[in-house]
Amino acid sequence: MYNPTVARLTYRAVLGRRRAAILFVLPALLLLLAAAVRGFHGADDQVAADLLGGFALATMVPLIGVIAGTGAIGPEIDDGSIVYLLSKPVKRSEIIATKFTVALAVTMAFSALPTLLAGFILNGNGQQVAVACAVAALVASFAYSALFLLLGTVSRHAVVIGLVYALVWESLFGSLVPGARTLSVQQWSLALAERIAGEGLFGSDVGMAAAVSLLVGVTVAAIWYAGSKLRGLTLAGEE
Amino acid sequence: MTTIDIANASRWFGNVVAVNDVSMSIGPGVTGLLGPNGAGKSTLINMMGGFLAPSTGAVTLDGQPIWRNEGVYRHIGVVPEREAMYDFLTGREFVVANAELHGLDGRAAGRALATVEMEYAQDRKIATYSKGMRQRVKMASALVHEPSVLLLDEPFNGMDPRQRMQLMDLLRRMGADGRTVLFSSHILEEVEQLASHIEVIVAGRHAASGDFRRIRRLMTDRPHRYLVRSSDDRALAAALIADPSTAGIEVDAAEGALRIQAVDFGRFTGLLPRVAREHGIRLLSVSPSDESLESVFSYLVAA
Repeated sequence: MYNPTVARLTYRAVLGRRRAAILFVLPALLLLLAAAVRGFHGADDQVAADLLGGFALATMVPLIGVIAGTGAIGPEIDDGSIVYLLSKPVKRSEIIATKFTVALAVTMAFSALPTLLAGFILNGNGQQVAVACAVAALVASFAYSALFLLLGTVSRHAVVIGLVYALVWESLFGSLVPGARTLSVQQWSLALAERIAGEGLFGSDVGMAAAVSLLVGVTVAAIWYAGSKLRGLTLAGEE
Repeated sequence: MTTIDIANASRWFGNVVAVNDVSMSIGPGVTGLLGPNGAGKSTLINMMGGFLAPSTGAVTLDGQPIWRNEGVYRHIGVVPEREAMYDFLTGREFVVANAELHGLDGRAAGRALATVEMEYAQDRKIATYSKGMRQRVKMASALVHEPSVLLLDEPFNGMDPRQRMQLMDLLRRMGADGRTVLFSSHILEEVEQLASHIEVIVAGRHAASGDFRRIRRLMTDRPHRYLVRSSDDRALAAALIADPSTAGIEVDAAEGALRIQAVDFGRFTGLLPRVAREHGIRLLSVSPSDESLESVFSYLVAA
């Protein structure tokens, strides 16, 4: 279910584009913020939890997910070069599974790793805040990669829709409107952070069991649906 | 694995019918798919290449449906019209990737690059390639697995005459090897030089089918319309109508010109200057009024 050639092409497509700059800018910003907060404010578990929860998990992880997930397939479909993958005796599900793996690896590397580092900078992993947020970022990466890969497969406006989802739904509604919270990847991943970190640092509206099953369900369903969409992908001519 | 069958296939996009009840069978040898721009050639080729489902009807390769059947790509090579092709790779990296996706290695890629004579530029980024070079690398990517069916959408677009000759030679060789080669074009001369068999598509319909002599005759024998201005229109009209090559003449007073319909192209073009000279009439202008490709093709639809 993993095709090294497809993976190689996808890595180069995701990391080689100008958009990929965001992949480096956001984590750098997080680390900078973490260093500044630690410098001015000293180590504080609640501040660390607020910064990682408010910026890393609410904004950075979904944004990285958008860039990696949509970038793994969207541009190829837009410009038509996907035809070189599709005109091969390679299973469509294998193409999607490989692209998911690449999107996942990129999202994890550029979101979970900097989150862990930032946590250590902020309070030296006091009350397990760094580890909790890194784990939350890791599990959120699965759902985001799958969702945005699906979005890149079905829509030409994947990046815009993805950004609106990430910034408006996850960051704004997901934090403010109670009802929206249960349908937010961020809240699902926070449920894990809540379990790992010290008491009262993170709050999630979703229970642990529900969070895990939603994460797994959304990831699997999105990958499966993206595969079936790719199987039926039509390429209209330029006429 | 050599024959593509299209049986009563139609394809529409919303309210627009792109391909309308087309049936044809494409076998070994070189076949040209001829038609004006927007006639539905790409739609047809996309259906044959498995990138588009027919709305009705069937498109099969030796009896197997092509749509949603990735196994057929062991036998089919596709050269798409669009330019986009992983510009961040070098030509060689691109062709090697295509070979690997077929389960082949770098040697197959090397052979394909040699076939299209692109070895000299294989280590340059595709982004730096000219249109003709891109076309040849696309060609190499379609040839890596030595397919028995090759589909090419407007392969000569943007090629200079030398590259065009090279590609034609290559396609001729492949046809002579017993492979099924189908290419689309909107230029009759291109198709005539290369294809032993021609299928004509106009406005989504299958307009004509046969060898190029038959198609050529259909095209030149059609009624031609001319707009002629002369020093004495009525005298010229009277002299021309006596000849059987002229089917009708209208004196267009508003334009100050004659509208002539000729049925025998060769004879009429010889007749007009001769008649004018014999009657001492000066021809001021002679212009064909329906030489657009579209009108040539629409005549074929009626034929």
